Amino acid sequence: MSQGTRAREDDTTVTPALKLEKTRKTPTLTLAGEALTLDLSGALWLEAHRTLVVSDLHLEKGSAFAARSGQFLPPYDTRETLACLHEVVARFDPACVVALGDSFHDAGGPGRMDEGDRALIAALQEGRDWVWISGNHDRAVQDGVGGRFADTLAVGGLTLRHEPVPGGAPGEVAGHLHPVGKVAMRGRAVRRRCFVGDAGRLVMPAFGAYTGGLNVRSPAFDALFPDGLTAHLLGDGRLFAIGRAMLARD
Amino acid sequence: MSAPSPALPPDFLRWFASRGWQPRRHQLDLLAAAQAGRSALLVAPTGAGKTLAGFLPTLVDLAGRKRSATSGLHTLYISPLKALAVDIARNLEAPVAGLGLPIRIETRTGDTPAHKRSRQIARPPDILLTTPEQLALLIAHREAEAVFAGLRRVVLDELHALVTSKRGDLLSLGLARLHRLAPGLAATGLSATVREPEALLRYLVPRTEAAREADLIVAAGGAKPDLRLLEASRRLPLAGHTAWQAMPAIYDLIRQHRMVLVFVNTRLQAEYTFQELWKLNEDALPIALHHGSLDATQRRRVEAAMAEGRLRAVVCTATLDLGIDWGDVDLVVNVGAPKGASRIMQRIGRANHRMDEPSKAYLVPANRFEILECRAALDAVEEAAQDTPDARLGAPDVLAQHVLGMACAGGFALEDLYDEVRSAAPYADLPYEEFEQVVDFVATGGYALRAYERFAKILRGPDGLWRVRDARTAQQYRMNLGTIIESTTVKVRLARSVRGRPGTILPAGGRVLGEIEEDFAETLTVGDTFLFAGEVLRFEGLHEDEALVTRGPPGTDPAIPSYAGSKFPLSTFLAARVRDLIADPFAWDRLPAQVSDYLLQQRRRSILPGPRDLLVETFPRAKRHYLTCFPFEGRLAHQTLGMLLTRRLERAGLRPLGFAANDYGLAVFGTRDVAERIGREPGFLDRLFAEDMLGDDLEAWLDESAMMKRTFRQCAVIAGLIERRHPGQRKTGRQVTISTDLIYDVLRKHQPDHLLLRAARQDAATGLLDVRRLGMMLSRIQGRIIHKALDRVSPLSVNVMLEIGRERVYGEGADEILAEAEAALLDEALA
Repeated sequence: MSQGTRAREDDTTVTPALKLEKTRKTPTLTLAGEALTLDLSGALWLEAHRTLVVSDLHLEKGSAFAARSGQFLPPYDTRETLACLHEVVARFDPACVVALGDSFHDAGGPGRMDEGDRALIAALQEGRDWVWISGNHDRAVQDGVGGRFADTLAVGGLTLRHEPVPGGAPGEVAGHLHPVGKVAMRGRAVRRRCFVGDAGRLVMPAFGAYTGGLNVRSPAFDALFPDGLTAHLLGDGRLFAIGRAMLARD
Repeated sequence: MSAPSPALPPDFLRWFASRGWQPRRHQLDLLAAAQAGRSALLVAPTGAGKTLAGFLPTLVDLAGRKRSATSGLHTLYISPLKALAVDIARNLEAPVAGLGLPIRIETRTGDTPAHKRSRQIARPPDILLTTPEQLALLIAHREAEAVFAGLRRVVLDELHALVTSKRGDLLSLGLARLHRLAPGLAATGLSATVREPEALLRYLVPRTEAAREADLIVAAGGAKPDLRLLEASRRLPLAGHTAWQAMPAIYDLIRQHRMVLVFVNTRLQAEYTFQELWKLNEDALPIALHHGSLDATQRRRVEAAMAEGRLRAVVCTATLDLGIDWGDVDLVVNVGAPKGASRIMQRIGRANHRMDEPSKAYLVPANRFEILECRAALDAVEEAAQDTPDARLGAPDVLAQHVLGMACAGGFALEDLYDEVRSAAPYADLPYEEFEQVVDFVATGGYALRAYERFAKILRGPDGLWRVRDARTAQQYRMNLGTIIESTTVKVRLARSVRGRPGTILPAGGRVLGEIEEDFAETLTVGDTFLFAGEVLRFEGLHEDEALVTRGPPGTDPAIPSYAGSKFPLSTFLAARVRDLIADPFAWDRLPAQVSDYLLQQRRRSILPGPRDLLVETFPRAKRHYLTCFPFEGRLAHQTLGMLLTRRLERAGLRPLGFAANDYGLAVFGTRDVAERIGREPGFLDRLFAEDMLGDDLEAWLDESAMMKRTFRQCAVIAGLIERRHPGQRKTGRQVTISTDLIYDVLRKHQPDHLLLRAARQDAATGLLDVRRLGMMLSRIQGRIIHKALDRVSPLSVNVMLEIGRERVYGEGADEILAEAEAALLDEALA
């Protein structure tokens, strides 16, 4: 990415005060007493537990389309997702990786996976704990892909599960909803994947290369965040914390 | 050509005489060519009886047919517009009835009911009128061989308009198949005047039979059009496209004529012009609006009202450029720049559809630069000079669609289909390897990672023929056929507000006003007002896939300006004429004083470039440094140039901040003094504009470009990689659609030489990015760059400077928007 140039391709109405600080520190949140580091990749880093969390990988989504509807999408989404994951893992060197559910797009996913991709997963798992949390797409996947399987996982004061539960315990970290935030102003709109949270919970963005998103202004989020929310949008160069009032509906 | 003996039978001569007509020379020439079994191109101006000429050979042939002769499809007529096909069918009724010919004429369009379609296959009419898409469907039919075996003639109407697009590629492949199914077939092309008809001639006959070339028949020119520049009563601005100054004059013209077509270049100009004319419309003249985004039934109503002579004026876009005579138009007004000589001729021809009487038209420039462009167009029309349609290289995505169709038709052998495809002019130079890649793409996606072998869509049978896998795949082919990718749109529905409860909106029940592009709808927030369907609307939100709106309170100004520039880039031919005009002070006396004064000022304060030169000006203004240049190559090429120049300036440490482009030139601005660098470093400017910017810089930028993603999406739909969304079909939700942007990103990273990426790059070269034209320009200006360092903005530069801040570059600069929204949150926190 070359956000330096991109930034300048726009016209000139940006005031100097809003110029991007390229080396801004990654934002940190506190949830149930735990320090959460939101990474620009869409991963979550729990430094105190040396645990990395990624959600909704949807591996083999491309091949699921070919199998079901004869649409031959480029079959490289698994490789791409794993390459991104590899980059984050190399950066944090976690002791534990948690895949927060819907890691495979469907139960047939592991069976369709290319040998090279299978080897990439094995390499990522080498020397660390690896937990596959079950999601609605991949509940039937219970073995054959290394690691261990769980429905929920407690990490310090946090509860990690795939699908967020309305009124669920403070300290819940979930995925499932693929949150995206949209900002529209001056006749332009930007729609990006985002973390979305309040004082009690966090919903993570989908990490997979072919995953779309659900606008955080959709009703699905209202029940989870009755007292308002902050979305942390994944920009080109950094994350942006944006309040509900500035977020547009689709 | 040598004078062939007129072969019109006596009863035809009598019929002509009964209408008070004489058969025209070109009509007889075309008849002679057809009777000799030769393909021919008829080039004729509007109103020359082109359509009758096209059908005369068929009617004569069928009139002589014995009653007992086996019937079957004799002539296939293909038009770019289904409405035109329907219109022509109606017009043919007169001669057929007048001559008492036992001929069955039918149309086949997307609206034709299924039972009628099946009957047309089982018992084809003598003459079938249809569109390129329907032809593709027909030749992919299992019965295609039987239907077309006896076909004698194919007539391609408005060929000049078809060949420049992917539809032309699709049609060329269909034509190649027809030539094969019906070896005795002769093709007739009907075209408006074009400068170089060779490309069209090549299109008509199979390229593999070099001996058989099509005849060229040129109709004698009709009366010269009466074309004038609408003299502005006051000074025109230096930029802008609304032509607001001219509205009273246009209104006066409407009052003085029976029916006026007011052409504009974009939907938004149409909305604006319509609005302004109604503000002036004290006489309450029936003035209507017609553009592609309006609801179809509303458009039909306008067309019907025109045909019945109930309207005095219609404000319209390119939707009324082609073909159909809806009414007795006695004046055409073209608002804004003409953009191309051929386009303006076509539009002028809409007035007074009789060849021997002059068509009357006014050109209305909206700014001072457009006066130059209008002058150049007037000169071109005076000389009957035309743009040359660029010969196309056949698009691989269209070929992929055709290959799947041929697998549905009953199967093909690889080599046979290759030979057939190469007989189509756009694909004449297709290498065998590329053809194989296309077939591989159709079969399994064409991926290096052979993941989809077991899902293959087409399979090679033991007899060596490739056939479609199953009925579902054939169905998918039929659903996704065609090359016109409508930008995804959402319906605009008038919401009902609840009485007594202001602010409460009922989503259902209101009228649909038309459609707006999804891209545009995405940028709207609740409460925004915008101009559509002739009124100011207030956006109330999206409900499912509809934009709900209410009427804005009277007197509201629309708050959201949509793209206001011109949709068509200035044609190469007209651009050259504008450059010539500027470079030649002796020609200025034909310009209004406000323009010649302006050019004189430019010469005094800076310099006027020669016709082949590139003028580069640099000057400081308000703490910024500007570089402007004037290639006159159209907005698209300039935007691409702007992107590439900013990259290069960035690398040279000159910190560019942005750029703005229009049809004539480009301004780049930044915080560092470019002039100082040019002065200090000899050859800097030459290197900055060196042709090699079309190498790595272009590649690097293209890959990131949002416009490229849009282009990719179109290729992906045409090639069948992703399914077309059909009107009325609900969005099927996030789980079953994947954004093509994501697909593009993944594909270019993992298989950058994939067929569809190559197809998208090929499109970019001529389409949205106009790289080809930029390349021609860069080579033209080698060693001819004139730099003028100024201490302030020159008259010429003002024009492009006024674009700054107005234009938005699709999808770029996302982080600024986000930063601003974030800052708003901070303000909230600190408040």
